[in-house]
Parts: sequence; C-alpha cells; structure tokens
Amino acid sequence: MSEDEEDERGGGEGKRWSPDLIGGREGGSGGADPPPLSDQVLENVLENVLQFLDSRRDRNAASLVCRSWCRAEAQTRRDLFIGNCYAVSPARAVERFRRVRALVLKGKPRFADFSLVPPRWGAGFYPWLAALVPAYPWLERLCLKRMFVSDDDLSLLAKSFPSFRDLTLICCEGFGTAGLAAIAEHCRHLRVLDLIENDVEEEMVDWVSRFSTTSLESLVFDCVGCAVNLDALEALVARSPSLRRLRVNQHISVGHLRRLMARAPQLTHLGTGSFGDGGGGGGEVEVADLRAAFAASMSLECLSGFRDLASEYLPAIYPVCANLTSLNLSFADITAEQLRPVIIRCHNLQTFWVLDTVGDEGLLAVAATCKDLRELRVFPLDASEDSEGSVSDVGLVAISQGCRNLRSILYFCQRMTNAAVATMSENCQELFVFRLCIMGRHRPDHLTREPMDEGFGAIVMNCKKLTRLAVSGLLTDKAFGYIGKYGKLLRTLSVAFAGNSDLALRYVLEGCPKLQKLEIRDSPFGDAGLLSGIHHYYNMRFLWMNSCKLSIRGCKEVARRLPHLVVEVIRDKLEEDDVEAVEKLYMYRSLAGRRDDAPPFVEIL
Amino acid sequence: MEGGGSYESGDLDNLKATELRLGLPGTDEPEKLPSMLPRSSKRAILEANESQSKRNPSEIKSLEEDQKPAAKAQIVGWPPIRSYRKNSYQAMKMEAETTGMYVKVSMDGAPYLRKIDLKVYEGYKELREALEDMFKCFSLGEISRMDESNVHEYAITYEDKDGDWMLVGDVPWEMFLSSCKRMRIMKGSEAKGLGSIP
Repeated sequence: MSEDEEDERGGGEGKRWSPDLIGGREGGSGGADPPPLSDQVLENVLENVLQFLDSRRDRNAASLVCRSWCRAEAQTRRDLFIGNCYAVSPARAVERFRRVRALVLKGKPRFADFSLVPPRWGAGFYPWLAALVPAYPWLERLCLKRMFVSDDDLSLLAKSFPSFRDLTLICCEGFGTAGLAAIAEHCRHLRVLDLIENDVEEEMVDWVSRFSTTSLESLVFDCVGCAVNLDALEALVARSPSLRRLRVNQHISVGHLRRLMARAPQLTHLGTGSFGDGGGGGGEVEVADLRAAFAASMSLECLSGFRDLASEYLPAIYPVCANLTSLNLSFADITAEQLRPVIIRCHNLQTFWVLDTVGDEGLLAVAATCKDLRELRVFPLDASEDSEGSVSDVGLVAISQGCRNLRSILYFCQRMTNAAVATMSENCQELFVFRLCIMGRHRPDHLTREPMDEGFGAIVMNCKKLTRLAVSGLLTDKAFGYIGKYGKLLRTLSVAFAGNSDLALRYVLEGCPKLQKLEIRDSPFGDAGLLSGIHHYYNMRFLWMNSCKLSIRGCKEVARRLPHLVVEVIRDKLEEDDVEAVEKLYMYRSLAGRRDDAPPFVEIL
Repeated sequence: MEGGGSYESGDLDNLKATELRLGLPGTDEPEKLPSMLPRSSKRAILEANESQSKRNPSEIKSLEEDQKPAAKAQIVGWPPIRSYRKNSYQAMKMEAETTGMYVKVSMDGAPYLRKIDLKVYEGYKELREALEDMFKCFSLGEISRMDESNVHEYAITYEDKDGDWMLVGDVPWEMFLSSCKRMRIMKGSEAKGLGSIP
C-alpha cells in the first residue's frame, strides 16, 4: 500500500523532475512535428522493447535519454503513478501517456490523516476523472489515496470504462454506499473492490445486492460502517469462484462468518468481522464449529479483523496459524497470555500488527517464534501522552534479537532508551522503515534522561538500507546532524516536537540527497532553515511544516526563487492575529502552476 | 498552538504524580474528550460524546479542570494515529467500560456460587439487597440489616486486586468496583477480624 513497500521492488517517482523537461518537451509527443520515417521505425522497435519495462524508475530514466525514447516510453507506459495530484494537470498527463491502463493517484498530504489539514482543502477526483473518461476508454485499474471522491464520481467511473477491473480506495472520503452500488452494478468485470480506511457516508443503500460481476477476486469493506445484506453477500461469495480476499466489517458476526467461509474455502486473505459473541444475530457459534471452518480453509495466509474479540474464540484460528504470513490483531484488546498460544503457532509470520496491550511480554513471545518477521506494527490502545504504556525498550530489544530479518517497524510506546534503539540498529540490518513514536512529547531516554539523539543516530548509521524514518522523543540538533550525515538513502522523514534550531533542518536538507517527502510539526525551525533547502526542493515531492517558526517573508522568498514550486499557506481561521506567522505550510513542485480549486483559507504565494 | 515551547523533560512524569484531582482515588480516568476532528468518522465521535454525557457530572467537571493547564491539553493529531483507528479504539474502550463486570459470589454453606454484574448497582445498598435476594433461600438471617447494635449474622467480604479479603462497604463505591475480584458471604463469627461493620 505504501511506497516503502514499492521501493523495495524498485519503484520510484512517476514524473521525474528536471527543469530541462519543461523547455524541451513541452506538451509531450503531441506538440512536436512527426519524426522522420527512420526514427519512427526505431521508435517502434524501441516500443517493443520498452513494453517489458515495469519499474517506474527505469521508465523515467529511459524517457530522459532523448525525445525519441521519451515518445516510445510514453506510448508503452501502462501503469501511471501520480504521487501528487496537483503536480501535473490531468490534461498534460493524458496527453503524454496515451495508453494507460492503470492509474495510481494520491491527493492530500499524509498529515491530513491526523486532522492537520482543514476539510475541503482539495484533492478532488473529478477533474482527473473528467480527463480520464475520454482519454482512457480501456482503463482497467484505479487506485486513489487521500482523495475526495463523490458518489457521482463513482457512478461516472462505473459507467465510463467497460473493461474496468480493479478499484482501490485508501483514506478517501466523499462517497457512500450509493457510489458503491453504482460500482457494483455497472462494473461487470470487476475483480477487485478494496476499501481501506475510508470515511464512508452511511446512506443505507444495499450495494452488496447489486454486484453484476462473476469474476470477483477481492472484496475489502471493513471500513464501511453500516450493515450489509448478508444473504446477498453470501450469494455473491458463492458465485465468485475466483474470490481470494474477503475482509468484512464489524456487522458480520462469527455465525455469518462461518457461513461465508463455508462458501469460499479457497480464500487466501480473510478479515473477520466481530469475533465475539456479542449481538449480530447469525446464531451462537461453538468455538469448535468455528475451528472446523478454519480447518477447512487451509489456503489462508492472511488474517485480520478480530473486532469485539471474545478471547475464547481465538483458538479457532489455530489450524491455519502455521500457514499465516500476515496477522493483524491491532483491533483486538488481548493480553500476553491470550496472545501466546496463538503466536507460538505462527512460525511463518512475516507481517504482524498488534495492540500494545500484549505488553513487552507479548513481544517476547513474538520474538521467540516469528523468526522471519519482516514487518511489525505496535499500536497504542490508549493514544494519549500520559497513558500507562505497556510496551517499552524491553519489547523493542526482544524483537530485535529474535527477528533479524525485520524490514519495517512502527512502534508506539511511552518509554524508550537509546541503548534499545541502538541494539535494534545493530541486530536488524535489513531495516528499510524505522518509525518510533514515543508518545510523550520531548521525552528523553527514560534511564539516562538524555536526549534520544544517539539512538536515532545509530539507526541511520547502521541501517544502510533505510529509506523511511520517523523520529520522536527529546531530540537536539545533533540527531539531525546524524541524519544528514548518514541518511543517504532516506526518502521520507517525519519529525515532530524535535530539534533546537534551524541547523537541524539545514543538516537534513543539505545532507540527504534522496529526500522526497519531509513532514514536520511543532519544531523550532524558521525561515533560515526553510531557505537552506532551496537547492533541493525541486527534487522533492513535498514539504509539510506546521506549528514551526516560519514567517510569510520566508515562504514568499522561496516562492520567488522557485517558480515551479507551489507554496501553500494554510490558515485554520480566516481572521488571523499574527499575519506574519505561517501556521501551516505545504509546498510541492508542480508543472501545473497554482491550482484553481484552492479554498479561501489557502493562500498560494 | 502548543508544542513549540520546550519544557523540562521530567515534568510530565512528576506532574502526574503530584496532580491534585477532585475525583476520588481509584476512580478510572474518564475518557479524554476528543479533540476537534473536522471530518473524522462522525458516528463514532457522536457516540463517544453521548456516552460521555451519561457519566457522573462531577467526574467530568474534575476532568475539565485538570485539563486547563497547557501541559495536559490535547494536541491535535498527536500521537499520530489515523482517525479511523483512533475512533475504533475509543469505541473499544467504551465497550470495555459498558460491558458487565461480573464477579463470583460464594456463600458459606451454599452448594453453588452465583455471578453478579457489579455495574448494574448504584451503590452498596442495592448490592446488599440484591445479594440478600439471591441467597435468601440459604440464609438464616438478614444480610442487609444495618443495625449497629447487633452483630450481623453474615458479613459480605470481597477479594481485592492484591488478594486480600476485605469487608464490603469501607471504601467508596467506585474504588470498590475497580478493585473487587470476587465476593464471599461469610458467617458473622468468622468476620470478626475484618474491622468495623458499617
């Protein structure tokens, strides 16, 4: 889902930025005179070769060789990735790439997930849809992340593309069950409908009854808040022999789940609904019966859901544990004792998401069994600064000792030490993603009372493959000095409540050549720090800064010196006491110039 | 907006330890009121707010007063958990609080135990009456009689979190709720060592 996973397979920017590109290749292949015949032959040959090129990065590199190669590459690109929907105009994108079958489009900055971007900021899908409809009649796949998509958009989408197969919506909003009904009804060849963490309007439309496809492979709807027609769902599952992934919402009880599983024993990915004996009808289910259902589903590799968990039902999954590569218990409030019998059976686990209620003890059990663990996420049940916190440096060290293959970690805690983080940096050399969130702001090493500089320093120093880093705790400029010095492959950096001065920001902007995405909040960085990145901003997808020490003057200076950067100053309230101070800054390179859909609280400098 | 200012690292830990609260010790920390979430899942937040208002008003007052100092105020979007997940967790915590708090009750001489949901009672009086009702076929006297001049026929005791057997009624009701693991109705003669009987 995230680009960090893609990066492992060599993905990259969709539109590689180079200022030269603007002058020489304005309008792409449509603007220039047709090439001479010999060149055309060469281009055809090239197209035959280039069509095998999958990696975005490779394609971008190929397109920069010369105009001929650029044209040939554009003709053969099937998968288009637009990392920022405002970086290029829809018209320009469809003009250059004429034969796109799959599109990934991302909208709002990531900090929008944490309510830092006011509503109605933008990222509407419609302008793109309007361009896609005439340009790509053979569009098959669409993935939207953090975009505003309305029911009408979904309806238009469903009716405009006869070959449409895959729709994935992640962290989007603006649509409801009416839009889903349109997709279900009109996409006759639909294979994938994955709805992941969207804010879905509850319009009480029975969308599940409207499915017209018989080739359904994946249906994920755990974020849809309202109940679905169970008979229709069961019928859908029964007539979908290709179904491999099914993730249902909370309204599906274990009784219903059992019936669904009986219809689809070939499932590889299952997301349960409620996994307890509370409400929902469907009849009471004996644990033994549920266990039998799992025993009959030996293709299962990935389990999630487990809402409203009644722990006595957990043993039902034992039959499939040995085959699991992915287990998501992050909505299950369980203790270490309840986790242990499950996890000791999961020796093939590669991805594990869990709540911190299992404590350090639970993590010890994970470390003891899951020797091939690649990704771990530990979420806090009580996400406040002064909660008790049940996981700590102890759990982190245990994981680092047991799971040497770890690639990606997201760890929320209340207490941490430099020593533990350093230990992880030494034990887990495969780390690509290290995200540590010490929930108490400015919290130091709880044993030495020192800043967390050395720990994070060790991470950037020792984990040579690191591409994504999120820091927390008490941090001085020194930590950023380390990041700038050693974080040579770093692409994404998230900073909160850290650093002492502009130096910190300078270290990072001057030291990290691969930096693409920088998001900062509540840190004492001002105009001087901002200006130290002028040389690099065209190479980045975006910079986000809120509640720092920026002023309008500094931001205007950046806008003046970098005309192809869109510099947005976002205000929460229209009447401002201090007009000089900039509360929220979002800036990104763009070929499209300032957007025309900016709301009143956004000022584009 | 807070956050830019720095303060001593140890303060947060010390603050909690020395904090003066109007609520009684042993009361569970009520849910922190959700900070402004412009477009988060409306339903969950609405439910969260409704459940809030059902709580003891004096608890809410004490919480609001505690939250006035800047250090304790809610920061928007921190810790960085997506609203979808945050709302689910809030709902889970509410769920845990509203589901019953069942404890076993044994009575000396009775052939079997009973289980009661402590959450349905508002205080000790209702609890005693309910127990008397439940065990009346076994008891030879009244359990709930509040006559100080007589020794009770029976004493209601409970086992607390530390494993000690205590007399029911000494501590505030809320504290009792959070520390009671199970109960035992014992004969008055055995209960003598447990201190004064309310």
